[in-house]
Amino acid sequence: MSPTDPIAADPSGADPSPAGQALLTVRGLSKRFGDNEVLKSIDLTVQPGQIVALIGPSGSGKTTVLRSLNGLEVPDAGIADVAGEVHVDFAASPSRAEINALRDRSAMVFQHFNLFPHKTVLENVIEGPVQVQKRSKVDATADALALLARVGLSDKRDAYPFELSGGQQQRVGIVRALALKPQLLLFDEPTSSLDPELVGDVLDVIRELAGEGWTMLIVTHELQFAKQVADQVVFMDGGRVVEHGHPRDVLVSPQHERTRQFLRRLLDR
Amino acid sequence: MQEPIADLLLRSLLPLIEGAILGTIPLALSSFAIGLVIALGMALMRLSKNRLVSGIARAYISVIRGTPLLVQLFVIFYGLPSIGLVVDPWPSAIIAFSLNVGGYAAEVIRAAILSVPKGQWEAGHTIGMSRGRTLVRIILPQAARVSVPPLSNTFISLVKDTSLASLILVTELFRNAQEIAAFSQEFMALYIEAAVIYWVICLALSSVQGSLEKRLDRYVAH
Ligand SMILES: Nc1ncnc2c1ncn2[C@@H]1O[C@H](COP(=O)(O)OP(=O)(O)O)[C@@H](O)[C@H]1O
Ligand SMILES: [Mg+2]
Repeated sequence: MSPTDPIAADPSGADPSPAGQALLTVRGLSKRFGDNEVLKSIDLTVQPGQIVALIGPSGSGKTTVLRSLNGLEVPDAGIADVAGEVHVDFAASPSRAEINALRDRSAMVFQHFNLFPHKTVLENVIEGPVQVQKRSKVDATADALALLARVGLSDKRDAYPFELSGGQQQRVGIVRALALKPQLLLFDEPTSSLDPELVGDVLDVIRELAGEGWTMLIVTHELQFAKQVADQVVFMDGGRVVEHGHPRDVLVSPQHERTRQFLRRLLDR
Repeated sequence: MQEPIADLLLRSLLPLIEGAILGTIPLALSSFAIGLVIALGMALMRLSKNRLVSGIARAYISVIRGTPLLVQLFVIFYGLPSIGLVVDPWPSAIIAFSLNVGGYAAEVIRAAILSVPKGQWEAGHTIGMSRGRTLVRIILPQAARVSVPPLSNTFISLVKDTSLASLILVTELFRNAQEIAAFSQEFMALYIEAAVIYWVICLALSSVQGSLEKRLDRYVAH
């Protein structure tokens, strides 16, 4: 199975969008930090509404992939295309405006939440819609309150982040991303800095979003969750995609020894 | 006939307070406000990746912090006229004090900006903000909280340092004290009276600082 195999990229076999246009297409994404080649020609295809779990050992480049899509890093080469509408060729030294156009298609949920500590929950959520997207405050607030209600945080609208548990903070982080109405949600280990008993709440929220048709790229070590929720699992190691496909294939009967080693180590923990 | 000390002190209280209200305080406030703008500019230049830009800021800060304020004041008031630039006492004082605050506060603001975690810049970026907007809406409000204590110290020092303006003929608290002292020959009494007024002003400022810190602390865990 090669990483660019189109059948593997769409395990259901069914074409989720009539035009067959992938929501996200990444080809040949490469990035080095000094001598450290962190991404070595990454290919990735995400169909609209797909949930893709990105797994792999620490340092394999998962975060860098997400950050590249969100304009937080600028890769040295490769292309990223969102829905055929935004197309960035990193080898052609794209302008900041081009990179920002790519960034605006996605929103990131961070491992350490990165909420704005000086703003209340509601202010955190409406900051982007009001300040950047220039939506009216009334509108943005109504949307924000509806989203907060859905994650069970209506009563926390006027709380400051420090008054919330980690799980609550991360749910605000997710709502802040959703409020931007991005085409693609990027999650970087959304539950890794949570106490074990708080992980479930956050995963439940992501599971719900999956049911609503959001397209998501999720870096996670929660294999059980990936197996249940993901449409596609991508295993990265050493800056390469080693294998990808249906969770059943990658997580249950992996083809590559590296994948097997990784899964064994994760299960032994 | 010699006037009792108590009467002299009471009679000079009004001119001294007037000197504080019309001289010391407006001088300190306006210099501090302008100084903060200079300091913010210098702090941002100092953080620039451009070596020339950060070098200019570094040199400015070094000169300001490495030379006496009194000398800076004299260069502007007594020095500039010799190259044909005559500046009046008040503007001279404001220029010198602003430039001075600019040098000291720049380092405070720079450190405060750097103390805000990198993730805050990234969160601003991911919700679509430019660097400038992130700076203004996300980073500076958090930096402000950290910099209130050191900037308050800068301001309190400035209030005391405005007494140097008496040496370039600015009418302020200390100059009024000097004049009454010279006239009455009661140097000890007048200078202690002036000192007490400076002290009271600084006590008031410390309490303002306290409530400001409390206000800005409302969003952090205690
Ligand atoms: N800003 C950076 N500067 C230098 N090296 C970096 C930077 N960011 C990441 N790296 C390196 O890139 C590699 C991949 O990192 P990362 O994408 O965070 O991996 P993962 O998320 O899979 O753990 C690591 O070796 C890491 O040290
Ligand atoms: Mg990572």
